[in-house]
Amino acid sequence: MTPLLEVRDLRVTFPGTGNEVSPVDGVTFSIDAGETLALVGESGSGKTLTSLALVRLVPLPGRIAAGSSIRFGGTDLLALGPGALRQVRGRRIGMVFQDPMTSLNPVLTVGDQISETIRAHFPVSRAEARGRSEALLLEVGLGDTAGRYDTYPHQLSGGMRQRVMLAIALAAEPELLVADEPTSALDVTIQAQILALLDQLKSSRRMSVLLISHNLGVVAGRSDRVAVMYAGRIVEEAPTDRLFAAPAHPYTQGLLASLPRLRGPRRPLKAIPGMVPRPEAWPPGCRFHPRCAQVMPQCTSEPPIVAPGEGRWSRCWLGAEGA
Amino acid sequence: MPEPLLEVTNLAKHYPARGVFRRQPAVRAVDGVSFHVERGETLALVGESGSGKSSLARTILRLEEATGGVVRFEGQDVLGLDPRPLRALRRRMQIVFQDPSGALNPRMTVGDAVAEGIEIHRLLPTAEIPARVSGLLQEVGLTPEMAAVYPHELSGGQRQRVGIARALAVGPSFLVLDEPVSALDVSVQAQVLNLLLDLQRTRGLAYLFIAHDLAVVRQVAHRVAVLYLGQIVESGPTEEVLTHPRHPYTQALIASAPEPDPTVPVARLVLPGEPPDPSRPPSGCRFNPRCGHPARDARCLEESPPLRPLGPSTVACHHASMEAAEGVR
Amino acid sequence: MKRPPGGLRLAWWDPAGRVGVVVLGLLGVAALLGPALLPDPLAQPDILGGALLGPGAGHPLGTDHLSRDVLARVVSGARISLAVAAGAVSLSVTLGALVGLAAGYLGGWLDAMLMRLVDAALAIPRLFLLLIMIAIMERIPIGVLVLTIGATGWFGTSRLVRAEVLRLRAMDFVRGAEALGASRRRIVFRYLLPNVAGPLAAATTLAVGDVILIEAGLSFLGLGVQPPTPSWGGMIFDAKPYIISAPWTSLAPGLAILLAVLSVNLVGEALARPLTRRNA
Repeated sequence: MTPLLEVRDLRVTFPGTGNEVSPVDGVTFSIDAGETLALVGESGSGKTLTSLALVRLVPLPGRIAAGSSIRFGGTDLLALGPGALRQVRGRRIGMVFQDPMTSLNPVLTVGDQISETIRAHFPVSRAEARGRSEALLLEVGLGDTAGRYDTYPHQLSGGMRQRVMLAIALAAEPELLVADEPTSALDVTIQAQILALLDQLKSSRRMSVLLISHNLGVVAGRSDRVAVMYAGRIVEEAPTDRLFAAPAHPYTQGLLASLPRLRGPRRPLKAIPGMVPRPEAWPPGCRFHPRCAQVMPQCTSEPPIVAPGEGRWSRCWLGAEGA
Repeated sequence: MPEPLLEVTNLAKHYPARGVFRRQPAVRAVDGVSFHVERGETLALVGESGSGKSSLARTILRLEEATGGVVRFEGQDVLGLDPRPLRALRRRMQIVFQDPSGALNPRMTVGDAVAEGIEIHRLLPTAEIPARVSGLLQEVGLTPEMAAVYPHELSGGQRQRVGIARALAVGPSFLVLDEPVSALDVSVQAQVLNLLLDLQRTRGLAYLFIAHDLAVVRQVAHRVAVLYLGQIVESGPTEEVLTHPRHPYTQALIASAPEPDPTVPVARLVLPGEPPDPSRPPSGCRFNPRCGHPARDARCLEESPPLRPLGPSTVACHHASMEAAEGVR
Repeated sequence: MKRPPGGLRLAWWDPAGRVGVVVLGLLGVAALLGPALLPDPLAQPDILGGALLGPGAGHPLGTDHLSRDVLARVVSGARISLAVAAGAVSLSVTLGALVGLAAGYLGGWLDAMLMRLVDAALAIPRLFLLLIMIAIMERIPIGVLVLTIGATGWFGTSRLVRAEVLRLRAMDFVRGAEALGASRRRIVFRYLLPNVAGPLAAATTLAVGDVILIEAGLSFLGLGVQPPTPSWGGMIFDAKPYIISAPWTSLAPGLAILLAVLSVNLVGEALARPLTRRNA
């Protein structure tokens, strides 16, 4: 079965002083229909740029480098003209961003914003669009109050605005939902509400989801597979339970060891020393090696992909032949 | 028994209604909060938006004037102090802010920022200041060369360390930490938390640690107080509150906290409703609109529950009992 | 992307700004040294035979209707125009910054009173205010002209500074300084002013362009710098009858005004550029 989304060797470059930099540097992953892939990383990992690249919304002066390949439902997204791209962006791939405060248009009612999206993708009348918007508002949990359609974003709380964002993203009935840190700006109890809503929508609509987050707790219970990004590359990918139970890459191990936990025995945190490198100054070979507790001499050259089966792989010299 | 380092009694901070046409209503951000912090210990204050935790922090330090209540620090009445003695007191209680990007003056070098407190209070002759600054920078895990750089040249974690060094420069015995790691990357959070723990040990500091992340709180705090709409709803030793939460809100917070472990079932208790609006607190128990307690009744709508001791914790709930509902294992 | 430098060096780093700085520099040098090297701008050597000569040997920009060397007058006029602009803008920026700081930091009734005053003053067109003040006095010495232009130009700046101060006051680093025990004076001079300097510098340079135009306009109307002191606006006034027959008499001062205002605006925009990106 061909995957719904196939990304190969995605590179996004920006001009720097002198050489160009590639904050996204050879990212490869795929998502099957109905599957949820979590893309995990800290700031500087390139995860947000990756999601923007999927729908070709990379901000200038960045650009998607030649040699990258993004195939959605068999179509090469990078070869599409603007009209065809619009058929995909918003319609087959929906996006939800992090900050609901700035993602909504302050001068339109929330209902109108949903209707706008519907009418942009389907040839329906205003009345029909309104009807569908009301249904969507109900679906995202905002239908309890009559007249919700006519409220403005500033009258709503952060959690409610995020629900509106979801409604807009779902309005065109996409096959893939890309959610970039959908709950980072929200309170913990509201975050739980939104994540539960996301779960429910996922199964009722049978969508694939690309969930991007820096919060390993958020992805733990809600994804089928996890890809860990560091310095522009995916360094490990595995089914979720395998990743948490037995992380292979030292970065993943370091992340998990440095997380404070609410449950289980209380242990001192083991911090990863050093800082995330900037794209202008990426270390040679394995980009994590200066901070790695298990560094070896060969780590200054490009590490191989180690794929021991079980649907997982990591980019590391550990466990590689000839190590 | 010696007096606690910090003792807060019935603190209140109300913002009056403003505007003729806009009619911004009055907000009772902090509404009768009492707690104490002993020397060398960490009390965590946990709350979400609308809880009033930031107002509380500012009011204790008199960065804003309280509307009511008493704050005693090292035996002195903070809220009633005159400007001169207040200024001297400032050396003893300091604050570290959440957002590293807004917490440092963009036009001052790191060295100047760290030296600021020393200069203001004339703690050292000018010639000795650079050496002290170097020492402080090293104490927080930075290099002395960083004294010459500007904040925008540093990463978030480094800026946060500078903020800590700046607070330490005047030799405080008490630090208010307002969400000190919330804006930091995961791998940097652990570094800064470990630093704070080390400093507490080596300098005997007491912390008022404001946070919304319970896992972080568990790591650093001896005791925890949970804030909802300007009032404390539950407080007690950290392990006790986290393993045996007795207030429905605490239970919801714990259940909502995402755990980086796929074998832990995802929150079954999702707290319904919206974060509260501090300008229109519900009548009676402020939590009642969102409360799922099976024994919730008319009393909850009419009468605001007082804080009562319940085992090692104190809880403000009409129906709390010794048998706690699910906490963390 | 390489990080642009802060402060005034930004004007040089930015390509458009650099052009502005260079042109302004040339104008400034010309204004300073020119009069020593050029013929007397007031001299009328040969009204009958030497008037309205086109550009040529001896007179690179030609002569005006009184046989005065145009280049010499343009350069002399530069002195006047740039001096008036510098003086007036210094005054208005200082006044504006003081009022804005006081209103923003001290707040309360002082803020309300000052801002109502500013609102009222802004409601009256500046040129109108100037004309009224000038009409009251008959012959205006340059000093009074500078004071008048300066005194009518601080209102917008005060609003700008006040807004910045309000924004900064709420920021954690100012709170942190208060928590450290910093005095009000220290906060104003080390925390507020240095951070207001950026937007203020940008507004200031743009104001210089404004004032050059105002002075030229007033002089053109006969109300600014009085003859025979050369000024760009005055030169254009004098050249009115000869626009077609001797275009260089009006083109030269006109171009000078254009160059001065344009270069000042380029510098001002270069300084303001990072501020427009701030809210991203």
